[in-house]
Amino acid sequence: MSKVINTENIRKQFPILNQKINNYPLIYFDNGATTQKPLSVINSISDFYKNTNANIHRGVHTLSRKATEEFELARKTITNHFNIKNDQQLIFTAGTTDSINMVAQSLASNYLQAGDEIILSAYEHHSNILPWQLWAEQNNGKLKVIPLAENETLDYAAFEKLISEKTKLIAVAHVSNTLGVITDIEKIKAVAQKHKIPVLVDGAQSAPHMQIDLQKLNVDFFVCSAHKIYAPTGIGLLYLSEKWLNELSVSKVGGGTIKTVTFEKTEYAEGALRFEAGTPDIAGAIGFAEAIRFIDEIGMQNIFEHEHELVQYTQQQLSQIPEVIMYGKSEHKAGVISFNVKNAHPFDVGTLLDKYGIAVRTGHHCTQPLMQCLNIQGTIRISFAVYNTKSEIDFFIEKLKKSIKMLL
Amino acid sequence: MSIEEIEQEIIEEFEFFGEDWEAKYEHLIDLGKALPLIKEEQKTEEAIIKGCQSRVWLNSELIDGKMMFTADSDAIITKGMVALMIRVLSNQKPEDIVKAELKFLDKIGLKEHLSPTRANGLVSMINRMKKEALSQVKI
Ligand SMILES: Cc1ncc(COP(=O)(O)O)c(C=O)c1O
Repeated sequence: MSKVINTENIRKQFPILNQKINNYPLIYFDNGATTQKPLSVINSISDFYKNTNANIHRGVHTLSRKATEEFELARKTITNHFNIKNDQQLIFTAGTTDSINMVAQSLASNYLQAGDEIILSAYEHHSNILPWQLWAEQNNGKLKVIPLAENETLDYAAFEKLISEKTKLIAVAHVSNTLGVITDIEKIKAVAQKHKIPVLVDGAQSAPHMQIDLQKLNVDFFVCSAHKIYAPTGIGLLYLSEKWLNELSVSKVGGGTIKTVTFEKTEYAEGALRFEAGTPDIAGAIGFAEAIRFIDEIGMQNIFEHEHELVQYTQQQLSQIPEVIMYGKSEHKAGVISFNVKNAHPFDVGTLLDKYGIAVRTGHHCTQPLMQCLNIQGTIRISFAVYNTKSEIDFFIEKLKKSIKMLL
Repeated sequence: MSIEEIEQEIIEEFEFFGEDWEAKYEHLIDLGKALPLIKEEQKTEEAIIKGCQSRVWLNSELIDGKMMFTADSDAIITKGMVALMIRVLSNQKPEDIVKAELKFLDKIGLKEHLSPTRANGLVSMINRMKKEALSQVKI
């Protein structure tokens, strides 16, 4: 086990983990859906409402100034974590889905043309399919899909052949939420840059597990959800490259986004505020920043190594169970494992594991097209966070074996 | 036997397991495995009851004034629950099925399978059984 990560101390900060389910200690392996929140994050939200609550960017009074400062400090903290050059490139949204919808609507209004093409991957989450599909249906557009190669990684050779002069965007998951496979963004970018096509990266499953340097990643759009990174639900981010910060049209308008308004014309604010219409989730942003402090204190690289070790260990244990079929058995994985039990429905396995206090996800994981590619109904998915331990995995493996015996 | 008598029989059968949930589930799984198979051609689009994850197929016909149900599921625990429902409701008069309260599920500690978030299609299955019975009452 990684020497730097002291799970015992870390777990003390997550009171929710300290409970029994059906008389067994809770084992929470559904972190890909959402992670649990440390006390520091929970307290930051209640402290804000207890001591500082006021609306931001509009009052001269003391509380409003303090709330604005805390909100903008949150933006800076998160900016630093992702190594974004200018904090105005970080726009607060309601999450990954919201961010992708915003980009899709904005691009549809003055960038995408009827008949254009967008390239996605075979393992996209529905949230990175539907906004583009909706645009395509309304504009006679076309979605092209990067197929799977061996071990359920992407077929990068096939990818380049999908490019045409009509390709206007490449939108891919950084990490597959179902398989845990890490997309090689450098390979995607190499082709995209050659053809001058913008790239959107869905970081919903990479941001929780990997150090992300957005200056190095150097893509056009990067999106993620805070609730999968130890932060509250309801908030996330949209990163825009400097070019798009200036060029992207707004999709939501209203209070907060303006300099001056007359009934005839509006002059919009500059920077991030242009995109943040209405009162934002102020407490959420503060909680998000607190979660980032929690992560940075442990160190993202340490978290990655800890979770990588858990993934390797689990894959090794699972591969010794003859009834288990694993998907996406790549070396380059982050935090997620998907498998099935031969001749058993994932729902049955999930039901029995739940009786043993083990929370896993079963089903299609909002990636139905991927399920169709693999020709399966669903999988059992386990996904890790910094507080998970090897002894939890040992217990899980023991109970999985028992469940298989019961079912077959 | 009446619906209530069968319910009572099942309650007594499950009392035997006491707090041993593993034994209870093993029994449920056995019931699922023992449920007579339905023909592939009976697994039609009309027969399917979509839960979010496991699927249930249900067919019914009225024979001599009694509803006869056959059903199947692709998940074995769901199928065990389906077997219990068939045991209770099949071969009963439509009007009795419509009135059935099915309290036994609570008494045998499997009521959690009926929560709407369970995504196994069972709530919809019971509703469908009652609806099909009701359609026979009216005639
Ligand atoms: C890869 C990926 N994209 C998008 C989403 C949607 O995230 P949210 O529901 O937070 O908007 C998820 C979450 O499950 C995800 O894993």
